[in-house]
Amino acid sequence: MKSATVKKINPKPKRKNAACHAAAAILLAAALLPFPQVQATPPAKSWKGKLPITELTEDQAILHALNRLAYGPTPGQIEQVRKMGLEKWIDQQLKPDSIDDSALEARLARYPTLAMSSDKLVEKFPQANEAAKKEGITKEEYQEKQKEKAREAVAKVDPQNPNAAAEEQLAKVVGPQRIVVELSMAKLDRAIYSNRQLEAVMEDFWFNHFNVFAGKNQDRWLLTAYTRDTIRPHTLGKFQDLLIATAKSPAMLVYLDNWLSADPLASKQMQAELAARRRRFEGVFGPSMPPPPGGAIQAGKKKQDRGLNENYGREVMELHTLGVDAGYTQADVIAMAKCMTGWTVHAPRKDPDFFFDDRIHTYGKKLVLGHTFNYGGMKDGEEALKMLASNPNTAKFISTKLARHFVSDNPPPALVDRMAQTFQSSNGEIRAVLKTMIYSPEFWSKETYRAKVKQPFELAASTARALGAEVDITLPLAQWVGRMGEPLFQAQPPTGYSDKSETWVNTGALLNRLNFALSLSSNKVPGTKTDLVALLGPEAETDPHKALAGALTAFLDNQIAEQTQQTLEARLEDPQILQAALDDPVKHVNESLIAGLVLGAPEFQRR
Amino acid sequence: MPLTRRIFLKNGAISLIGLSVMPSFLQRAIAATTNPGKKKMVVLFQRGAMDGLNVVVPFGERSYYQMRPSIAIPEPKRGGTEAAIDLDGFFGLHPSLQPLQPLFQKGQLAIVQAVGSPDPTRSHFDAQDFMESGTPGLKSTDDGWLNRTLQSTPEEKPSPFRAVAFGPYLPRTLQGTAPAIAIPDLKQFKMFGPQQSTEGGFEAMYAQTVDQALHGVGQETFEAIDQLKKIHPESYQPENGAQYPKNRFGQSLQEIAELFKADVGLEVAFLDSGGWDHHVNEGGVQGQLSNLLRDLGQGIAAFNEDMGDRMQDVVFVSMSEFGRTARENGNRGTDHGHANCMLVMGGNVKGGKVYTKWPGLSGPQLYEGRDLAVTTDYRTILSEILVKHVGNKDLSTVFPGFNQNSSAYLNLIRT
Repeated sequence: MKSATVKKINPKPKRKNAACHAAAAILLAAALLPFPQVQATPPAKSWKGKLPITELTEDQAILHALNRLAYGPTPGQIEQVRKMGLEKWIDQQLKPDSIDDSALEARLARYPTLAMSSDKLVEKFPQANEAAKKEGITKEEYQEKQKEKAREAVAKVDPQNPNAAAEEQLAKVVGPQRIVVELSMAKLDRAIYSNRQLEAVMEDFWFNHFNVFAGKNQDRWLLTAYTRDTIRPHTLGKFQDLLIATAKSPAMLVYLDNWLSADPLASKQMQAELAARRRRFEGVFGPSMPPPPGGAIQAGKKKQDRGLNENYGREVMELHTLGVDAGYTQADVIAMAKCMTGWTVHAPRKDPDFFFDDRIHTYGKKLVLGHTFNYGGMKDGEEALKMLASNPNTAKFISTKLARHFVSDNPPPALVDRMAQTFQSSNGEIRAVLKTMIYSPEFWSKETYRAKVKQPFELAASTARALGAEVDITLPLAQWVGRMGEPLFQAQPPTGYSDKSETWVNTGALLNRLNFALSLSSNKVPGTKTDLVALLGPEAETDPHKALAGALTAFLDNQIAEQTQQTLEARLEDPQILQAALDDPVKHVNESLIAGLVLGAPEFQRR
Repeated sequence: MPLTRRIFLKNGAISLIGLSVMPSFLQRAIAATTNPGKKKMVVLFQRGAMDGLNVVVPFGERSYYQMRPSIAIPEPKRGGTEAAIDLDGFFGLHPSLQPLQPLFQKGQLAIVQAVGSPDPTRSHFDAQDFMESGTPGLKSTDDGWLNRTLQSTPEEKPSPFRAVAFGPYLPRTLQGTAPAIAIPDLKQFKMFGPQQSTEGGFEAMYAQTVDQALHGVGQETFEAIDQLKKIHPESYQPENGAQYPKNRFGQSLQEIAELFKADVGLEVAFLDSGGWDHHVNEGGVQGQLSNLLRDLGQGIAAFNEDMGDRMQDVVFVSMSEFGRTARENGNRGTDHGHANCMLVMGGNVKGGKVYTKWPGLSGPQLYEGRDLAVTTDYRTILSEILVKHVGNKDLSTVFPGFNQNSSAYLNLIRT
């Protein structure tokens, strides 16, 4: 059993001078050696390989990598990565296709909606109004039928099933809500169990960057295809490909209203067309007329009343590519919107696939940021998007966002510049930009270590991973993520969820985080099982100090401030920690309590 | 009755008790800067764009009835409970807001019509964002106007309850560097597990951590938990027979009153209510809007009742991101519009009047040919409240870019 050796660290050194290090080192050394010695700075100079690590120990570096490029270590993973070699692990993560993820795929196979096309989802999970109409009953009757369906599904759950509570919760979810619930569960499954950890982290990053809100109109039917076909295949490739994929996605077209955007002149044209058609046919055939070419006349009829919608034109520049301070004007926004007219879907809830509607596209010269677009057709939008993707402001904006996510809230400008340069020279290859970042000393500096606060989703996934928890049903875990302030797929504004610590560090949130840690460690989250006894070791059952040592090793790799450890040691005197039950005279350690305290420690809130 | 600082200070008992024998919660509470006479605000955000024209009905406007054949609220002269409640001969209240009528008559409630944001957006998200950040048109503003007013009037030892959002998250309005907390449920704001051990353990860890951000938040959290324990929210009884609606809205209002009364330093309370986006089947006297208004009226009246004399120090103000179209649409509902109404209630309010620079509802008077036009910027109303009631004279950082001009005030707050 490993004895608890404290690996002293100063998470946020106020003064980085040798005297400070030396003083701490002397105290430690004094405890171990007869003569005080100035301990050498951590043995990073002996770091083998190309990673520029000079300020962290090997263990710190591995934990840091697992906290940044993954959702935190699972039990024993730090050792695994040490044996494999950190550089090799990073290399592998940068090539997700080379990593076997069949175990995760088996888990995800339990959620049938994940593989369905938007068409299928619309068909299988109709809205109450439409389903009622189809069945020839009232909306209230249909809703009663749905409730009955839910009751039957709940009744089918075997009460002996250890996950009965979670299964019942899941069974109650019928109708279109099911789609987003399965997406949320899958997202947690992936974060906790995928071997392609960096890919999972990037998928969350890009989804948030190209945020779509599940609550907007028909988006709840469109998000499955969005995450699966638009975001996931493009996480590490060319930024331009990702950008254009999102521009074409029905999810984004609906969310930012581009599907409604039309050339205002087009409406006049279509009205004239309609009138002409009526005149031509009414005389001979009566009121009926043949369908017009190029699409349902119903869609055309509604689009008649539409004009230009600037929403996407603005956000694609402000939030997706250039950034708000890049100096584009209102005229640029309008011109960009004009380029994007025609990028639409037939009818989001009936025919939710992308199609380019030439009738509503704005022809003619459009000037965006000094570039003229007059190709006609879909090429206007494509070329405009390509122009945005290759603009130097985009390289800077994306690099800043990546650095903010992976390095610190206010990333060092030199690092951002270096990444932006790689972005430009590689034509926007995300993998290359990440590599530049990972091979920069700033990524491994003492300031970067534990600089970021875990967002609720990250906290939930990393806690489950640290505990080696068996999460059979991730729904209750997803609900906790919502309680902690980050309900999945529910970020209303196109800016998505903030990446800055101050958003997540507030009083209500902290209380929820601490209660979350306590709940998970006490096995009070339905659908999740943790085996603390196995994790903390046999001596932990009767010796609180061993239990604490085990928890600190398992959850924090002993990388904890000495002060915090001492504080926790002092708490071990609490009678609640070592209790006898009424029918068992032997006192047992309240391992859940100790584990909960460690998982709620300030060190675990950070990554 | 729960022990509060107010009792001590009122009775002058403080001078008789040595600090050393005072329970720690009191020591901490006293150390926190509070002033029982300090002016307070309650801000209600109605999300989804409430239909102001059916809430404060311009029955004196002929076009109103022409434009809303199926959902208009009948004129007061029709009589009975299915007609607008006459306010001033031109405007009337939706009948479901009956509980607010006595407040209006007694001069406690003022109403503002044709007020809103100058920004033309009809996107819920953008408009809410702009209204809450206090900078219409600017997406880059990080914080909210209410947080900025707290920033501009900092306190040395702010109470953890200085600014509270009663709901599951901190709204844009309260985001920023000034401390503000979100309390989803006063009764549940406590630690799980054997509290002495869990709370004690966490409190100790966060008290000593070198992690400054977490240290600060940790302190606030545990102070708030502690103070809440002394308040016994589970056993709170509203005073004066006040009856709150039995839903989250009513519960939030009750908790606000409770926290004000507990005198823990609450200055700014925020709550929101949703479901106002009535594109389809809005209803007129009866229907979806009417149902929501019933809760709104009952809730606000109950809060006023429960607070009693304490309303002297409080101003309650409501807002919604924009109004709705003057004409009903083809689905017996209304679409996104522009100007809306605001309710302003409190001791310092010159109530009993509908304040407005009424633009009219006939064709050319409509904004973009479809909406009630905005003739008063919502920031004018908020500025007047902040300057005259709260006493924050310098609003240049609270509403940056807004031309502060007290001559534009509608004079609905007593000086």
